[in-house]
Amino acid sequence: MARAVRWLLPHPLLTLLLAIVWVLLQNEVTSGMVVFGIILGILIPFITAVWWPDTPQGFRFGKMISYSLIVLWDILVANVQVAWIVLTKPNARLKPAWIVIPLELREPEAITILAGTITLTPGTVSADLSDEGHSLLVHVLHTDDPGAVRDEIKTRYERRLLGIFT
Amino acid sequence: MTGDLIATYATALCLLIGAGFVSVGVIGLMKFNDPMTRLHAPTKVGTVGIGMLLLASMIHSFNSGETSLHELLIMSFLFVTAPISAHFIAKVNIHRRSCETPPPPETDATWSTLASPDPDMSADAPR
Repeated sequence: MARAVRWLLPHPLLTLLLAIVWVLLQNEVTSGMVVFGIILGILIPFITAVWWPDTPQGFRFGKMISYSLIVLWDILVANVQVAWIVLTKPNARLKPAWIVIPLELREPEAITILAGTITLTPGTVSADLSDEGHSLLVHVLHTDDPGAVRDEIKTRYERRLLGIFT
Repeated sequence: MTGDLIATYATALCLLIGAGFVSVGVIGLMKFNDPMTRLHAPTKVGTVGIGMLLLASMIHSFNSGETSLHELLIMSFLFVTAPISAHFIAKVNIHRRSCETPPPPETDATWSTLASPDPDMSADAPR
């Protein structure tokens, strides 16, 4: 039974996401649209399952939601900080820096989420990955202490992502 | 009628905050003088700026009775695609050496943008 479900629904979360996106695209919640969205949500992952060879096992959905809320809050706070830097700091006193973050994460999906988080939180841009994928290069707009920024990214985001992708 | 008034003011407030953040992004783009720092202002401040403009559009649509949730989709697509374009612009900057060369990684040989193809591999390749 479990194998039949796994065969029909290779990505349950993707199914849910596609159904929700379909209903939102229609801009009206009717039973017909919900059913059609679920049909699409089952068909598309089923057809494209061949191209998803290594799906990460053990994805904690509840922790992902709390992680998203933390990131949203950080985006709001950091936006105000960057706006302040843009408006008040003259170019000569700006201290941009490169930061190298050694990664403990190994799954490509997790590293992608970490890089996206770093770019979305203002003041930092994830610029490059090392050739073996064990370090992340981050550019910071203005910092007095590059080591503190690296430690904050590692403790605030990477440790939580290690908990999400177990 | 009060609800109507509150919604109108909320829409106006969101529009003002959004426009403020977007203009800060534009100021940053013009003010900074290095390609990498210039990348920061529009990609970041833009997310909250455009997010507030979309929130204003959503409040207005709820208020006028034509409920619209397309804005949620636009916001999520924006949040997914914005880091990718920023990442590619950063890679182009590193590749063209138009910014300071970054320090080498601690664990691996080099950054993937700076890595040149392995000469042994190209010698073995069929001609």
